[in-house]
Amino acid sequence: MELLNLSGKLAVATQPESVHPQIQFILGGKTIVVDDVAPTRSVLEHLRESLGRPGSKEGCAEGDCGACTVVVGELCDGRVKLKTVNSCIQFLPTLDGKALYTVEDLRQPDGSLHPVQQAMVDCHGSQCGFCTPGFVMSLWSVYLAHVGSTASEAEIRSALTGNLCRCTGYRPIIVAGAKMFDLPGVEFDHAGLKQSLQAISRTSSLAIEHKGRRFFSPKTLAELLKLRAAYPKATILAGSTDVGLWVNKQFRDLGDIIFVGEVAELKATIASASTLTIGAAVSLTEAYVALKDIYPQMNEMWERFASVPIRNAGTLGGNVANGSPIGDSMPALIALGATVTLASIDGSRTLPLEELYLAYMKNAIAPNEVLVAIDIPLPASALQFRNYKVSKRFDSDISAVCAAFSIQIEGGRIANARVAFGGMAATSKRATTTEAALNGQPWTESSARAAMAALATDYAPLSDMRASSAYRLSTAQNLLYRFYLETRELDPLPSSSASVFA
Amino acid sequence: MSVHPHESAHLHVSGEATYIDDIPELRGTLYAALGLSNRAHARVTFVDLSVVRAAPGVVAVLTARDIPGRNDCGPILHDDPILADGLVQYVGQPIFAVIAESVAAARKAARLGKIEYADLPPVLSTQAAKEQQSFVLPPIHRVRGEPAAALAASPRRLKGTFSVGGQEQFYLEGQISYAEPKENGGMHVWCSTQHPTEMQHMVAHALNLHSNQVQVEVRRMGGGFGGKESQSALFACVAAVAARHLNRPVKLRLDRDDDMMITGKRHCFVYEYDVGFDADGLICAVKIEMVMRAGFSADLSGPVAARALCHIDNAYYLSDVDVGVMAGKTNTQSNTAFRGFGGPQGAIAMENIVDSIAREVNKDPLDVRKLNFYGNANWQPERNTTHYDMTVEDNVIHELVAELEVSSDYRRRREAVRTFNETSPVLKKGLALTPVKFGISFNMVHYNQAGALVHVYTDGSVLVNHGGTEMGQGLNTKVAQVVAAELGISLQHVRCTATDTSKVANTSATEASTGSDLNGKAGQDAARQIKLRLADLAGTFFGVDSADVLFADDKVSANCQSITFPELVMRAYHARIQLWSDGFYATPKLHWDRNTLTGRPFFYFAYGAAVSEVVVDTLTGEWKHLRADLLHDAGNSINPAIDIGQVEGAFIQGAGWLTTEELWWNAEGKLMTHAPSTYKIPAVNDCPPDFRTALYQNANVEDTVLRSKAVGEPPLLLAFSVFFAIRDAIGSVADYRINPPLNAPATGESIMRAVDAVRTAARI
Repeated sequence: MELLNLSGKLAVATQPESVHPQIQFILGGKTIVVDDVAPTRSVLEHLRESLGRPGSKEGCAEGDCGACTVVVGELCDGRVKLKTVNSCIQFLPTLDGKALYTVEDLRQPDGSLHPVQQAMVDCHGSQCGFCTPGFVMSLWSVYLAHVGSTASEAEIRSALTGNLCRCTGYRPIIVAGAKMFDLPGVEFDHAGLKQSLQAISRTSSLAIEHKGRRFFSPKTLAELLKLRAAYPKATILAGSTDVGLWVNKQFRDLGDIIFVGEVAELKATIASASTLTIGAAVSLTEAYVALKDIYPQMNEMWERFASVPIRNAGTLGGNVANGSPIGDSMPALIALGATVTLASIDGSRTLPLEELYLAYMKNAIAPNEVLVAIDIPLPASALQFRNYKVSKRFDSDISAVCAAFSIQIEGGRIANARVAFGGMAATSKRATTTEAALNGQPWTESSARAAMAALATDYAPLSDMRASSAYRLSTAQNLLYRFYLETRELDPLPSSSASVFA
Repeated sequence: MSVHPHESAHLHVSGEATYIDDIPELRGTLYAALGLSNRAHARVTFVDLSVVRAAPGVVAVLTARDIPGRNDCGPILHDDPILADGLVQYVGQPIFAVIAESVAAARKAARLGKIEYADLPPVLSTQAAKEQQSFVLPPIHRVRGEPAAALAASPRRLKGTFSVGGQEQFYLEGQISYAEPKENGGMHVWCSTQHPTEMQHMVAHALNLHSNQVQVEVRRMGGGFGGKESQSALFACVAAVAARHLNRPVKLRLDRDDDMMITGKRHCFVYEYDVGFDADGLICAVKIEMVMRAGFSADLSGPVAARALCHIDNAYYLSDVDVGVMAGKTNTQSNTAFRGFGGPQGAIAMENIVDSIAREVNKDPLDVRKLNFYGNANWQPERNTTHYDMTVEDNVIHELVAELEVSSDYRRRREAVRTFNETSPVLKKGLALTPVKFGISFNMVHYNQAGALVHVYTDGSVLVNHGGTEMGQGLNTKVAQVVAAELGISLQHVRCTATDTSKVANTSATEASTGSDLNGKAGQDAARQIKLRLADLAGTFFGVDSADVLFADDKVSANCQSITFPELVMRAYHARIQLWSDGFYATPKLHWDRNTLTGRPFFYFAYGAAVSEVVVDTLTGEWKHLRADLLHDAGNSINPAIDIGQVEGAFIQGAGWLTTEELWWNAEGKLMTHAPSTYKIPAVNDCPPDFRTALYQNANVEDTVLRSKAVGEPPLLLAFSVFFAIRDAIGSVADYRINPPLNAPATGESIMRAVDAVRTAARI
């Protein structure tokens, strides 16, 4: 664990100092200062109700429809980064020190439409228009990512996976995403934004209080651990892609909140000779970038993992710590033998990921501990690994079954079989009987069939709205068979012959 | 006519289009939320709302007894309480309303009601409703010819069952109403609705007012799809009752989950059929029994059942028919209008039968489909009466399908699919071409009327108001185009305004695809009257007969003389000529006998056909749409860009209905798919990578507005091609010998069930 160097105990927690206790962010070229606001007030509510910007819409209030999509700009290692997020589930204080862009910002100074907007008009990309501001912002983020180049259709489609349209059937919007590059270009003032962001960047951590509810945004791990020790009941907030729903849908009182999104050490990704260490606050988008060349077998899964705005906000650490039985990152991480590092002011410890989960939504993180990093071993030689997801819809759906298989063939026999599933039990769980059935066997059709039979003893999945128990089990078995077809020694099937999406 | 962007496109893309929640709020506005039943069927034995009243920010809590007038918002029968009174009939039924200082306060407090129930036995499935003879309306039944005898005499018989799921409208803008109390007891309601007049009536009944005291207004909806026809009424009534009670403006904007828990959807259907056919696959007779899930109340289930019955033929001539529809009463949301309104559910039953006959007689399904088409002037002209005794006079399905068969390269691709499947062990491709014939007009004859107002101002600009509502379909764009064309001026000079019950009275719902047919004609009628007056004036000073005055290119000319349109208008004003007019239209030729289920319920038919190619994973049931070719008859299209948008949008929406969109209730009758996280409408990658759409050139033989055809609903049925392409792929696992028992929605699980059944049957 190289990310942390926690020798000894840290001093007793103190409240971090705050130079300006207000939230500050850039909007429309101005610095917006927000005083005395509920820490769970959403960016969308604030835009619509307090800032007179009704362009962004509430379609679902759970980050699944994209009508509220906005772009957030921030400084990362001295460079401006712009990303789409769902404003309905982002809490206002997390905008502190950042820049916010909404559909109202796109018209040019002379009042003309931005090329993204003009292309949408020219291609008939809007009908009822309610989802349109969100699509425009997603396309704008693609536009900004290309200076002197154009986006591929795959890139445009990927950027739109978090935007639902019920009217058009999407074709004209996809076409608009290509057409926008043909119109006279509009430049984005990166240097000006950098300057504005530097002007409001804070040297110390933010801490605000509203009606007895505190919101802390520590900047260092040491501060975070001190706060955790002082507030063991506080809600830990990272990307708020799940916590946002606790507020919007369950009306939960989150109590005090500790936001980990500004903790420098948690945002680092470090590669060593044997391990890739991903900080707990690294976004899913960045984790994907770090992993895509090392484990390309996960790429289809990453494309199907929620949507771009959710992956931009959500963190790998959040997905792992939240521990949902249908979380999509864990089966692969468990199959690869990933470990997690938990830290407190008393020190740190490392656990195999599968040992983090005790029961349904219960984990081994102590009240004073924080998940700080995930360590993923680099591929061993002769590793055969696959990661599969099955859901009703390709884009932004929750898995009915999520599977990961890893084996090594040594001397013609299977060694180190690691099989893990999501959607099959109360937690992401290894299939130990199946692994035992595989280990030591030759990788043949009959071994695969025996392992498929063993799966039935490893899991007794539930029936719910996503799938029946019987379908979950038979699909899990069939995915194991697909793994065999793709990795058998003789005549392995290419992915394109085994998956409709490959 | 010509391509123009949607009149609001520039506002949509800039976030400047005003939806009801974007209207600047009036001083003192309060916010409402609803407290819902968590039982499917129960007597309410005890209600304690004191905790709700005491919650932070709460101003008032209202129940059924606070409704001054009639506690009902049923569009046809009075079986639809605004707030449940003593009896709850589904999980999600509103029982009380909370009015608070903020949206969040209202929604939070609405969860705090203490309600005790005495459970009653619920009816939770369509099948159970049939078994228990639990119906919201009497079953309807139509027999034509001698179906029993013809079935008995048929060379081949096939009996079977089939089912299709319901569908949530999933308009992106949820239900919303904003009520402002007016002086002297009046009420002004901004309501996201397809039927402002019905909202006006419902609010008037709930408040004990006359219609002239209630004004309902809507500029645009963020989608409707049928879900905002009758079912916006409950929310309009609650907002209005609260506004009256508190004498303050009240807005009720539903959370997505509440919207999906409360409102009705497309009806799911189960079918039993018995078909007789010959060795070629020609249908001799058919008997179909349909049971639909109406939900707890009648709502629009009666007319939905009638449309399902009338569309059982799709594009096929059926000589001897026995068809019945039962509207099952279940303890679930009250199902309602949704694009197609029962038509898709009727037509797909016959498509499934024809598709099955093809495997029985070992022919390409396309050939069996063509064999069974209605006749035309050149081919079997005697095969031209529907089972409800209407003569099909405008059949173009033969020519249309022939054109698509060539343009889509159907036959070569059929071979390619078979070749692929022979060597692909896991993935199987499927291909299907399916036709559409869809009847246009409301089955209820009196709904087929519309009014419009056209104002010409002295600067030559024109304002149009009509009874239709804009929900994204481009109605305002089309009506403005019709008026501009009539007056010979460019579109930029014509503007449509919000639909408003105080402008055009007694409007029909914008439904049944009839919006531009009805309101376009009414707008044209109004513009024509003004034009005739202007022509008289111009004729006088041009020295010609008024009939020789030409209105074109923003000019009025005759006899080598010309004047600009605004100049003529100004002269007319000074000559004291009326520069505004009303217009009216009633669709001709319609008659319908509700007792015999015969007549001419439709002015004309719209036609179309589609080819879909898919690839299915026979290990998981996952599938991908590879290519779609659509050819659709929009008549002489008023705006091809808007019509193509309707065709493609309906097609993808229909594909969602038949594949990924699954409504799932748990054992207690609670809908568990009540948000986009659990209910999956098509997303961007459900749009096929190869997607080709064309309009079929075919001026309407009937005198419709500019000889166009309605285009809102018919193309939804083009999505049948997706479902039957999946069925074709599944059929390949047993060499197309066994009919896959595939039901809709064809989720991965439904597909795997069919794959396993075909494999099992092939082994036997």
